Amino acid sequence: MTARIQVPREVQRGAVFEVRIAIQHPMETGFRYDLMGKPIPKNVINTLVCRYGGAEAFRAELGSGIAANPYLQFYTVAEASGDLEFSWVDDAGERGSERVTVNVVE
Amino acid sequence: MEPTKYAALIPGLIRSACIGVHRRLPLFGGAGSARNRLAASVAGACLLHAALSTAAEPQRKIPPSALRSGITFASADVRALQADDFENPGMLWVERGAKRWNDAGGAAKSCRDCHGDAVARMKGVATRYPAFDAASGRVLTLDARINACRTRHQSLDPLPLESDDLLALSAYVAKQSRGMPVEVTIDERTMPSFERARALYYRRIGQFNLSCAHCHEANWGKRIYAETVSQGHGNGYPAYRLEWQAFGSLERRLRACYSGVRAEMPDYGSAELAELQLFLSWRGRGLPVEAPGVRR
Repeated sequence: MTARIQVPREVQRGAVFEVRIAIQHPMETGFRYDLMGKPIPKNVINTLVCRYGGAEAFRAELGSGIAANPYLQFYTVAEASGDLEFSWVDDAGERGSERVTVNVVE
Repeated sequence: MEPTKYAALIPGLIRSACIGVHRRLPLFGGAGSARNRLAASVAGACLLHAALSTAAEPQRKIPPSALRSGITFASADVRALQADDFENPGMLWVERGAKRWNDAGGAAKSCRDCHGDAVARMKGVATRYPAFDAASGRVLTLDARINACRTRHQSLDPLPLESDDLLALSAYVAKQSRGMPVEVTIDERTMPSFERARALYYRRIGQFNLSCAHCHEANWGKRIYAETVSQGHGNGYPAYRLEWQAFGSLERRLRACYSGVRAEMPDYGSAELAELQLFLSWRGRGLPVEAPGVRR
């Protein structure tokens, strides 16, 4: 699973900054049938968690209504330089993770 | 355009002009008559006319000033999605391609070991595809060329067409040409392919009995239900298509058009589809490469 994360190059301490993540995933809804008429089992990223400096900063529960290759965007407050660690899991049990470092300046 | 480039086109056009004259010959009546001499001089005039009027280039039905990329027919949200290098889902394939570029994947050499840094060395490469490949003697698309590289220089199996890994590599290579004008070579080697594809473009096919030109030259800008008909250029491909919820090649898009007019779809990797892409690139020559594009 390819994933991309985007954060500002550096953030002022105490400032609100934007975090964006895009993950390559088919997000199979479970409502579709293959060419032989067999249902295609649901397989979506059901949980995504972001930890910032070890503490949970963001959590999302995704379902069938989310398009393929999900893109999420949220805001958090810059407290200290550290890693944003994303981890997610899909219905097939496949796990993915990706991290990016946030540079906080005074 | 420089005349030398199109010099090779002239024999073909003269031939077609002459066929027209020969067909008309019987109309001119009996043997040895003044009418035959007239026919001969008409043929001569046609030759001269063909040579003079096509020294520049064969005429494109949509003049360069009227060319419009497919993205200009899209709604504002689709245009915004393509323009944002992070939100554009195609960039996931570009990123994957960058990894594949440096990874030998079991071979002795990676792409990088021969070609170097793609950002510098692959600049402008995608603008020239499809191109004639001397080793196989046929026109190859960028995807087919990447697979040829794998079998010839890496001793690897070709990647399955439309697989994420192959699309990722072609997206990564094509992205290095973003903003550069499409510029395929039509010369004596690609001419037969070009002519076959041009004939196909104007031939009625399928249960709907439509040619490509009926939509994309005669009726672009109008609507089929909710869809605006584009001019049918390939400069955005490989592209992320919202309808597919996936990234795909121009071949996949062309097959969708065949299906749309209820015609039999050529196989992925067929000569027909490669040649058609060559003709389309010529037809949209000068449009900027947009890969990875986003289309509805």
